[in-house]
Formats: sequence, C-alpha cells, structure tokens
Amino acid sequence: MLSHLITSFVASSTFGIIFNVPKKSLLNCGLVGMIGWMFYIVLFTEGVDAVYATLAASFAVAIISHILAKVYKNPVIIYSIVGIIPLVPGGTAYDAMRNFVENDYSTALPLAARAFMISGAIAFGLVLSEVLNQLVIRRKTQMRYKS
Amino acid sequence: MDKKSRIVEVCLLAGKIMLESGAETYRVEDTMNRIAAAFGVLTSHSFVTPTGIIFSTSETDKTNLIRISNRSTDLEKVVLVNSISRKISSGELSLADARKQLKEIDRADLAYPIWIQILAAALASGCFTIMFLGSWVDFVPACVTGGLGFAFFIFIHQIVRIKFFAEFIASFIIGIIAYAFIAIGSGEELEKIVIGSVMPLVPGLLITNAVRDLIAGHLMSGLAKGAEAFLTAFAIGTGIAVVLSIF
Repeated sequence: MLSHLITSFVASSTFGIIFNVPKKSLLNCGLVGMIGWMFYIVLFTEGVDAVYATLAASFAVAIISHILAKVYKNPVIIYSIVGIIPLVPGGTAYDAMRNFVENDYSTALPLAARAFMISGAIAFGLVLSEVLNQLVIRRKTQMRYKS
Repeated sequence: MDKKSRIVEVCLLAGKIMLESGAETYRVEDTMNRIAAAFGVLTSHSFVTPTGIIFSTSETDKTNLIRISNRSTDLEKVVLVNSISRKISSGELSLADARKQLKEIDRADLAYPIWIQILAAALASGCFTIMFLGSWVDFVPACVTGGLGFAFFIFIHQIVRIKFFAEFIASFIIGIIAYAFIAIGSGEELEKIVIGSVMPLVPGLLITNAVRDLIAGHLMSGLAKGAEAFLTAFAIGTGIAVVLSIF
C-alpha cells in the first residue's frame, strides 16, 4: 500500500510536468492523483468491481479539484486532468488490443467493452461532480438574493 | 483603430492563447465574453471549435475569425490568461496593458526544458508499472522504455508534423525496447512494462476536455476532441500491436 501511495504521488506530479502545470501547483496535482488512486485501489482490493471503483475515484478527484481550484483561484482542469490519468484503463485496452492482433476476437470484445465502460465511469464521475458544483453555486447565489 | 476593434483584438488574442494551450471550450468562450463585457461590449458572441474561433461584438457588426492550427498542452498559459481575465473583470488592467501582457504570454515559451520532460516521463512510466501491480524488477526497464519512447515522440513530432504518426512510431519503439528487456532477461512481465511506458502518450487531457465540453453543451468541440482522443489511442494501440504481431 505504501508503494502505491508514493508511486501514485510521483506519477501524478511528473505528469504535471509533462502538461506544464505551474511549479506551485505540482504538489497539489500529485496529491489529487494520489487520493484518486487510493480510492480506486482500496475499493478494488476490497472486491468492488473496477467500473464502480473508477466511478468513485473519478468523483473524488473531481470534487477535490473543484475545492483546490476555488482555494487557489486556478482553472479546475490543471488538477482534474492530472488526477484522472492513473484511472485511464490502459491495461484493459492493451489486453484487448493484443487479443485482437492474435485473432482471438471472442476474448478481445469483452475486454474492449470493459475498457469502454471504465472510460464511461471516469466521464460520469466528472459529470456528477460538475452537476453538484453547479447546484452548490446556485444555492449560494439564491441565498445571497434572499438575505 | 477605433476602440471596438482594439477590444476585439484583445479578446481574440486571449482566446487564441487559451485554445492553443489546451483549455476547455466553454472556458475560452466564457473568458472572451467576460473580457468584452468588462470593456463595455455587453452583446458579444463567441463560437469556439478546436480548429478556429468566431467572435462578433453584436449581431449586426462585422464577425471576426481566427484559425487555430497547432494545439499543445501548456496549462501554465491557461492559468496566466485566466488571471489576466480576472484582473480585467475587476478593472485592474487597462486595454493597452492587457494587450501588452497577452502578447508577452503568447510569445513566451514557458514549457519545462525537454530533458526535464523526458525525465518526468521516464519516472511516470516506472511508477505506473508499479501502480498496475507490476513488480519492482520491472521499474527500471519501464523507466528507460518510457523515457526513450517519449523522447522519440518529441523528436519525430518535430520532424513530421503529424501527431498520430509520431505516436504510432513512439509506441512501436516502446514495444521493441520492452521486448528487448524481456529478451535479455532484465524484465519480468512484458505487458506491465508496455502499459507503464505508454502512459505518457495516453490522451488523458483530450478525454477530460471532450467530456467537459459535451456536458457544457459544446457538442461540436466535444465530438471533435473525442475523435482526436480516439485516433491517438488507436495510434498507440496499433504501434504496440505491430510489435506483438512481429514476435
């Protein structure tokens, strides 16, 4: 577990360098990536299906990104992009591709569908937090009008 | 130039920098409209796609167009233009100052030096191998493979200006090097090394932006970015697949 903690932090921060995130935000990016990956790996090792684990993790990433963006007055994407990178189903897509190449279509198709479902889960986690964020903002402005 | 065309110039410049640096479509449109509103043009319309910006100050005025030919990822520029737009909205920056600062950002090359980027890609590859439940034996091979793959990607992209071709060649080289590591016996699992090493090429940014654009109702940009992400993933997959079918 400790090695996951360290590697996910390093991987996310170094991805920040590739995307040219400002130096000040690199550590925050690493933190977002680390929290997202811990959500995923803990749920996954507890026996939760990878799709739901990814959904929960990307939701967590998006929520933390929104909070950090509010605190540091930066665009949300610099945190959320780096955060979801570890969740991208590279391994499943690779397996699918390999089976396609070996003409084993009946093994490849379920894997491809799985990769598609996991990408969908990442997207849906982002959508959920976006909706939640807009609801919170609307509630705040309504309260301001009332008072 | 009258005042209105100078306002349009600043709006278009800000939009161009943001779009070229990989900002989401809704953020580009929002920024341009906010800047225009802060300088007194309240009826502006902007239409942003990944390859061009259309902007007009009102329904009956002349419409302006900017063509965007090369897009990269430079989140620092997005942050900088974002903060300039905030300052303009709060009235801290005049039109002339805003124009000057945006021009400076447009010219500046803020990216980290290439060797740091390659080093970062190498480290990321190694870490991803561990995260995808690989063993520590494969850490160093994955670092070397991922770093070399990313270096080749930058190098080929500079010669041939076709991104998909560069990604294809880079992932092909990653496959070859990973195979070589297994063959000489310093790596254990081929797939863990390959998966970790291709991560720096994976279109994570495009996928996120495509989804966010689709939610915000920018269907055209969302679909266009989704297509670009799919093509990138396809190029990476094909590069690896060629290696697998050779051996």
